[in-house]
Amino acid sequence: MTYDVIIIGGGPAGLAAAVSARENGAQDILILEREKELGGILNQCIHNGFGLHTFQEELTGPEYAARFIDQVRERNIPYLLSTTVIGLTQSEEGVQVTAVSRENGLMVYSAKAAVLAMGCRERPRGALNIPGTRPAGIFSAGTAQRLVNLEGYLPGREVVILGSGDIGLIMARRMTLEGAKVKCVAEIQPFSGGLKRNIVQCLDDYGIPLKLSHTVVDIRGKERVEGVTIAQVDEHFKPIPGTEEDYACDTLLLSVGLIPENELSREIGVELSPVTNGPKVNESLETNIPGVFACGNVLHVHDLVDYVSEEAAQAGKNAAKYSANAPARGEEIPVETDGAVRYTVPSRICPQRMEEDLVLRFRVGKNMRNAYVCVAVDGKQVLRRKRPVMAPGEMEQVKLKKEDLQGAKSIRVCTEEA
Amino acid sequence: MKQYDMIVVGAGVIGSAAARELSRYQGSLAVLEKNSDVCEGTSKANSAIIHAGFDAEPGTWKAKMNVQGNQMLDQLSEELDIPFRRCGALVVCLNEEDMPKLEELYQRGLKNGVEGLSLLSREEAVKREPNLTDQVCGALLAETSGIVCPFEMTLGLAESAAINGAKFYFETPVTSLEKIEEGWLIHTPKEDFTAKTVVNAAGVHSDELHNMVSEKKLKLAVRKGEYCLLDKAAGSHVRHTVFQLPGKYGKGVLVSPTVHGNLLLGPTAVDLEDRENVQTTAGGLAEVLEKSALGVKNIPTRQVITSFTGLRAHELGDDFVLEEAAEGFFDAAGIESPGLSSAPAIGKYLAEKIAEKLGLEKKTDFNPIRKGTPRLREMSREKRKEMISRNPSYGNIICRCEEISEGEILDAIHGVLGAKTLDGVKRRTRAGMGRCQSGFCSPRVMDLLSKELSLDLREIRKNQKGSEIVLERTRGGEKA
Amino acid sequence: MPTIELTCISCPLGCPLKVETDQDGKVLGVTGNTCKRGEDYGRKEVSAPTRTVTSTVKILGAAAPVIAVRTKTDIPKNKIFACMDEIRKACVKAPIHIGDVILADIAGTGVPLVATANAEKSA
Repeated sequence: MTYDVIIIGGGPAGLAAAVSARENGAQDILILEREKELGGILNQCIHNGFGLHTFQEELTGPEYAARFIDQVRERNIPYLLSTTVIGLTQSEEGVQVTAVSRENGLMVYSAKAAVLAMGCRERPRGALNIPGTRPAGIFSAGTAQRLVNLEGYLPGREVVILGSGDIGLIMARRMTLEGAKVKCVAEIQPFSGGLKRNIVQCLDDYGIPLKLSHTVVDIRGKERVEGVTIAQVDEHFKPIPGTEEDYACDTLLLSVGLIPENELSREIGVELSPVTNGPKVNESLETNIPGVFACGNVLHVHDLVDYVSEEAAQAGKNAAKYSANAPARGEEIPVETDGAVRYTVPSRICPQRMEEDLVLRFRVGKNMRNAYVCVAVDGKQVLRRKRPVMAPGEMEQVKLKKEDLQGAKSIRVCTEEA
Repeated sequence: MKQYDMIVVGAGVIGSAAARELSRYQGSLAVLEKNSDVCEGTSKANSAIIHAGFDAEPGTWKAKMNVQGNQMLDQLSEELDIPFRRCGALVVCLNEEDMPKLEELYQRGLKNGVEGLSLLSREEAVKREPNLTDQVCGALLAETSGIVCPFEMTLGLAESAAINGAKFYFETPVTSLEKIEEGWLIHTPKEDFTAKTVVNAAGVHSDELHNMVSEKKLKLAVRKGEYCLLDKAAGSHVRHTVFQLPGKYGKGVLVSPTVHGNLLLGPTAVDLEDRENVQTTAGGLAEVLEKSALGVKNIPTRQVITSFTGLRAHELGDDFVLEEAAEGFFDAAGIESPGLSSAPAIGKYLAEKIAEKLGLEKKTDFNPIRKGTPRLREMSREKRKEMISRNPSYGNIICRCEEISEGEILDAIHGVLGAKTLDGVKRRTRAGMGRCQSGFCSPRVMDLLSKELSLDLREIRKNQKGSEIVLERTRGGEKA
Repeated sequence: MPTIELTCISCPLGCPLKVETDQDGKVLGVTGNTCKRGEDYGRKEVSAPTRTVTSTVKILGAAAPVIAVRTKTDIPKNKIFACMDEIRKACVKAPIHIGDVILADIAGTGVPLVATANAEKSA
């Protein structure tokens, strides 16, 4: 059989995409999930702070996931667990997905449309080239989170955290509550990559120092971490001699960034953005490969899961529409960026195909206060919005109107300083 | 007290090669290794190159063993199921003034009996390797140079020895040796061993072992070299191993594809006091990146996924020490580059000497074949499907980045010399060697190790004793 | 008039708040907030700060050894560690479902501890 829509990944993005695809008419949907349960990374994110936008209440990760899992089950949308997709290619019907599992062996599935919802992975130590020894006791924050929250084990007692991404901040509090001593969080940038609320409630509440413009320059210990050296860095991120401080610890947690997981996207020929490491998509969240859509952290790393769900619902809807009647592609105009805007999703827009409103998401490269977000179409400003605060750790969005874009040749999104 | 005819000290590539060759003969054989797995020292962190053999001074052990060892690799990789590819090497000259040295190297290679050597003009070299820098003015091509996985090579040799009767004792460091009538009494913290003959393949500690039995003292200088490993996306940046001709810019570093499809840069060379110091340094890693750019352009250095340091034992006479240092005590000391390439030949040479000494006959039932753990990712879809239908655990993917299944990990744990640690699993299967460097799969691999070896999760280690991963349960009591 | 500067943690926006109080610490006004919850947070944070605690408790008879829990609402900030002490001692039996009460009144706060995940009986 040929599915209408196959969804690769049963995390928050995949679940929302599936529900929306069904709501928009897709009958035969299949979710392929490599874990034993639906829900993705939310299952280990047991802290609260999810769902304020979507459900107007503050949920924990598993609670947020459960709401969507219930919706999938209510709609009898089929899913396969413990199933890993190992191949994605184009075919006459649309796409061909090769997956393996213990139950079904190696299977090939055909679908008219596919939604990429594979999420992201954490950057490892090697990507930073941190010098020193290679003992036990160095974990990515997410691995430590899994060990503590799902497996019930404490990975260390005296902890230094490198990187102030949200997972790192959350784990600083989590480890503290479990009786570990978190000595400091070092961040190489002059600002934190995490949400401000997490600095307050995960670090400040427990007196954990956040050392901005600092990084780890040495790791000691042969079998197990025995200590790390932290130094201040200059504006080129080079350690400043003489600023080294030694911390005795048995554990180093790394929260130094997330990388969208796009091996399958690459295999099918999806064009990736060097800025986001995710697919380049148009207004329908469709990649350069017709019928292949992307959403969630595989597309670009989000700050809030609520936006993942919102984006994924859009991708699911467009995939459903595509599977019913693949529309002809109109001319797409690239979205140019300027000022502190690092990228936009989507990065191409076809004004004919867009809906009345289009949410354009982006991130800025530096902290800004009372700055403006401006959108110009063919050189003429169509939108100018004041933002009291913008930060690299937080995703921004603006809404574009179809009427503003008719006949447009160019779109430009930029920030203006106060 | 355990009694053997032959004991090999050290389960690196040299000790394992010696053990495999010795296992062709009648007589009892054991290998004593201080670490908890094979290939834990010099053998695990090096350039992974099977050199052609043009580099060493003619007439030296290095020259002789390298050329012989290189020739043995095809058959060996076939018999032991280890990945090996003759990708060829280019030694690039970065400076016109140094061109005569390239010619010298070529002549030296011919003297050493290396086949498949030729001198290339800049144009010819660039045609073969488009990413060479503009500085490259000529190159020596060595067609027989190859790449191998040092861990799988060592494990293959060791398991082959074990299949043919060799007994392996891990976490068994030799603390002293005594000459006795029957040969040697070997002390370890666990128990004592006797052997008629001993092979000293103790790597960076081979001088210490030698000095326990010989008045003619040996002193090794330990050198460390730092490397960077790049993502598979960068793996095809070069097709050959690209060496830099030592010259105006110093010794240079190599840029090479690896047999698993990554790109390897390095090594630096720094003399060390501490023989176990495998730290990487900011300066060393910067040097690797800087020097590798001299010969090869546009290396995507943003794709570095890990860095590591290797140790090599340099003997001051600049050659391997292969001799009977005391009655029945055979040295394989000072084995630095091209040690990996030479290992099969060194093993063969030592085994022949020992067999002659003990008057041992060859076994009639020696089994040269050893199968590695299957590599499903490299199989055709049909073959993979068939494998999974026979053993469904091959369908359960544990390591996402390298696509390694539960079945492959179970095979590694229950292999002839099975994995007992996370690193053991990683080196046997590549689970955890990919882009996320074990972030996703390590808790799952820990679970499998704990289940299969009946160990508590707190006992699961990265490698040696003291490298346990998790310290305590967050909630008291047992896992229900 | 003392002014206390805070970052609001009511939602991910993290508005910078200024809370003005009189000499006795009585709140006179909150500025910088962009919603009602921000004002509430500002008032509470300077007088009687509260937090929601999330953690895990031991579970028997399930596939996993622990299950995720939370305080149903926020509790006084100075009760966090007392709350963790009780969480550490608690133990439940599968099956457990989202919303199930694990402890009726944690650390004398009057707030129940509830499950935030589902755990079925393992075979």
